[in-house]
Amino acid sequence: MKWRQVAAVLLLALCGAAMLPLQGRLTREAQAAHFRKTSLDIGLRERIGQAGFLAALSGFRSPLAAILWIEAHTAWENTEWGRMAGLFDTVTTLQPRSLTYWDMASWHMAWNASIAALQNEKQASEALRIKAQREYIHLGRDFLERGIKNNPDRYQLYLQLAVLLRDKLEDHCAASEAFAKAASFPDAPSYAARFAGYELAKCPGRERDAYEKLRVLWVQGEKQRLPSLINLLRDMENRLDIPADERIDSTPAFRQN
Amino acid sequence: MRLAVVVWAIGRNTLTDLVRQKVFYFLLIFGLLVIGNSAFIAKLSFQEQFQMLKDISLGAMSVFSSLLAILATANFLPKDMEDRTIYTILAKPVPRYCYLLGKLCGILALLAIAILLMSGLFLGVLWLGESAALAETRAQFASASPEDLALAIKEVTASTFNANLLPGILVIFIKAALLASLTLFISTFATSSIFTILMAVALYFIGHLQATAREYWLAGVDVDWWSRLLTAIVALLFPDLQAFNLTDDIIAGTAISLKLFLGTAALGGIYIAVYFALSAFVFSGREL
Repeated sequence: MKWRQVAAVLLLALCGAAMLPLQGRLTREAQAAHFRKTSLDIGLRERIGQAGFLAALSGFRSPLAAILWIEAHTAWENTEWGRMAGLFDTVTTLQPRSLTYWDMASWHMAWNASIAALQNEKQASEALRIKAQREYIHLGRDFLERGIKNNPDRYQLYLQLAVLLRDKLEDHCAASEAFAKAASFPDAPSYAARFAGYELAKCPGRERDAYEKLRVLWVQGEKQRLPSLINLLRDMENRLDIPADERIDSTPAFRQN
Repeated sequence: MRLAVVVWAIGRNTLTDLVRQKVFYFLLIFGLLVIGNSAFIAKLSFQEQFQMLKDISLGAMSVFSSLLAILATANFLPKDMEDRTIYTILAKPVPRYCYLLGKLCGILALLAIAILLMSGLFLGVLWLGESAALAETRAQFASASPEDLALAIKEVTASTFNANLLPGILVIFIKAALLASLTLFISTFATSSIFTILMAVALYFIGHLQATAREYWLAGVDVDWWSRLLTAIVALLFPDLQAFNLTDDIIAGTAISLKLFLGTAALGGIYIAVYFALSAFVFSGREL
């Protein structure tokens, strides 16, 4: 090796040392902005193989995730639910910031796979069919909860979790909390806050709290005053025995309408 | 001024030479990949379709631009020596660093054109997909309330275009330019283009592990001395290529701040300048 080449390598090392603070700062900034947070661990290595792991390490996480998603879609067409769950797990590990992957993975598990498990003709025992159905629903919930951990700055998965809790698990208290969490984001759709109130109204012991929250929405104006909200408020006023002069029908705003 | 003219002339000739080598034929494969991918995934939901389209297209752009950067740069010095054109150029009052700079500028121009063409194709297919999805959504929500229609349209547009795609594509270009500069450095002391390509590809993979090695080394984990020495060498000598892998998260909807983009661009610029300066230093003493 000639002296110029040796000097070039030494200069390169010096420049590398000078750039360390910038590299470190940039990594921290990127991670704070939810970039470069994917953990490519040995578990993933076992699932996607050496070539896949190398591709993921080399900056090809998203194309690899897309290819595996197409594979999962083929597994869905063949109703291979277990294989689908494994593939979804890998895809969401590779692309934890993609809401579509978390959402669709949860939907396939909690809706499609759970119904298929309930209607599984190969399983004679109804109890076991119901057990399998519950397991798939909880798997769907688990996808959404892990998705939320990876995307705490976005409302969409909170909404999907609330729908799952409401429609599949009938846990109205938890559904209300999830809708309320979604509604707390400035870009969330306006129905999220209404749905939080509707679910809270079905939560045992929280009816008074629900009435007050729904009433606040009603006061907000026309946009929130849908027939479902008005009917529910009237029903709750009867159930909670709200004095006549405090009911929504007695307010000037309502009389104007 | 005279040197700028020299660099411009060498750069233009390099670009013309590369175009004559029909390097843009790879765009046919890119086009097939993007359009074929869109046709294949037509049976998925529109969110999945757009996610796949962006995943595959931007991934392919990154692969093609990186390959183009390495192969085009690795080839020019041995080829110029074999054709003896380098002797004709350097026999004139052209400093060696101007020759290298002209060549690098030509390759960067090629990369910029290639990425522009690929972006045009990708954005065109995305726009067509979005138009179809919007028309379908409007038809489905014809009798729905304006608020529901607006929400549905917002859902479609949110999964297609977003302003962050542009910095994402620019970062792909910066990474390719960095690889071109790195390959140029290797080629100044390499004896064959195969050696240069192999080294550049190896450095590409090692560069993606640099951040891990750096954190491991700087964290001062108490392990064997040789292990710490190895991580220190990787951290100091190799570029942090993970810093330029922002598109994976941009595709998933993560917003890139101007500060982060400028920081990444600055890091890329420094790497390009350092590798070019070292190339010029080594090449100035090389016996031709």
